Amino acid sequence: MATLKTRIPEVLERHEDEILSDWMKEQTTALTQRPDLMKESELRQQSTKFLKLLREAISGNNLMDVQQTNWGPVREFLSEMSRSRAIQGFTTTETATFVLSLKQPLFTRLRKTHDGQPDYLFEDLWNATVLLDKLGLYSVEAFQKTREDVIGRQQKEMFELSTPVVELWQGILGLPIIGTLDSKRSQQVMEALLQRLAETQSEVAVIDITGVPVMDTLTAQHLLKTVTATRLMGAECIISGVRPQIAQTIVHLGVNLGDVTTKASMAGALAVAFKRMGLAVGPARRQSGETA
Amino acid sequence: MGEFLLVTIQVDMHDRLATVLKDDLANRISATRARGVLIDISALDMVDSFIARMFGDIAQIARVMDAETALVGMQPPVAITLVEMGVAMTGVRTALNVEKGMALLRAGMDEWRADDDPPAG
Repeated sequence: MATLKTRIPEVLERHEDEILSDWMKEQTTALTQRPDLMKESELRQQSTKFLKLLREAISGNNLMDVQQTNWGPVREFLSEMSRSRAIQGFTTTETATFVLSLKQPLFTRLRKTHDGQPDYLFEDLWNATVLLDKLGLYSVEAFQKTREDVIGRQQKEMFELSTPVVELWQGILGLPIIGTLDSKRSQQVMEALLQRLAETQSEVAVIDITGVPVMDTLTAQHLLKTVTATRLMGAECIISGVRPQIAQTIVHLGVNLGDVTTKASMAGALAVAFKRMGLAVGPARRQSGETA
Repeated sequence: MGEFLLVTIQVDMHDRLATVLKDDLANRISATRARGVLIDISALDMVDSFIARMFGDIAQIARVMDAETALVGMQPPVAITLVEMGVAMTGVRTALNVEKGMALLRAGMDEWRADDDPPAG
């Protein structure tokens, strides 16, 4: 089959303008063009650039292998385009269609060029399909990767946001936990809390689990570990914000919270903490000179 | 330090050193009639199960000899390691630093003395 010389480069070169206009028509009618996200002029600019790069790459020897170096600019362009589209809010289909919709105009030209030579036509159609599929997949991959990067970053941000250790009082730390406690997160919570305990030399830590939606044995175990580690460091740990459902689950699961101090509310826990530290809160006495 | 013994661990604990420390402390408690032992491990950044058990042993030995033990200044990574190993060190008192550990031992002794005092009146 190698004896059949492909005429795709030639077709691309000779009919570039026609292919471009057909391609543009294809893209605008394929319902994947999003006037709200991208202007037509911008799309045209992208299409023109892609065709030009494709033509340059294809004139090399490696027609099929898009991993070769002469395909570098095309790959770069595609990943750049996919990235920007992912950020702009295009769907996967819309991004893939950018490349795949080139098939129709290209095939039309190929058929005209290979008029009366079905063998050549078939060979070239196959080549073009394989090539465009590869490029389409490549752009989808780049698109997906951008999305995944975004997800990864958000996850990281969420982790950072979700474990603040606050100082409630001098010597009393508060740790409000919002969201599910999985192994990774509880490890992070534990580390953050212990670190702050060591830094501030606080004697009491209050872990507030009002924001923990469900409690299972694993979560309870993580909590117990945190409490034990806090004790080992020489501080006291109080768990607050135990909601009725959570209390029921704990009892149902048979989790032994042992001698961990638990309180229904943060206020209750704070009162206990004050007591432990020998502090008292009372109503402020009015100064004698003050008028009522 | 008055009626307390203060042990500061500055080097990496290895098993033999730990055993020597255990023997030494037992002898010192007996010799000085100390009522409390403070072990400052704030410079220790690694423990294994043997060392952890050794601290537990020291606490028990001290208790038998009528002295309380407080482990002070444990580093967060050490605490996490111990918890992950499942060593809860029950029976060992802990405090954040030497000062607080001293207060803890003192409070414990006051309690003990109060119990010991003959009832007034």
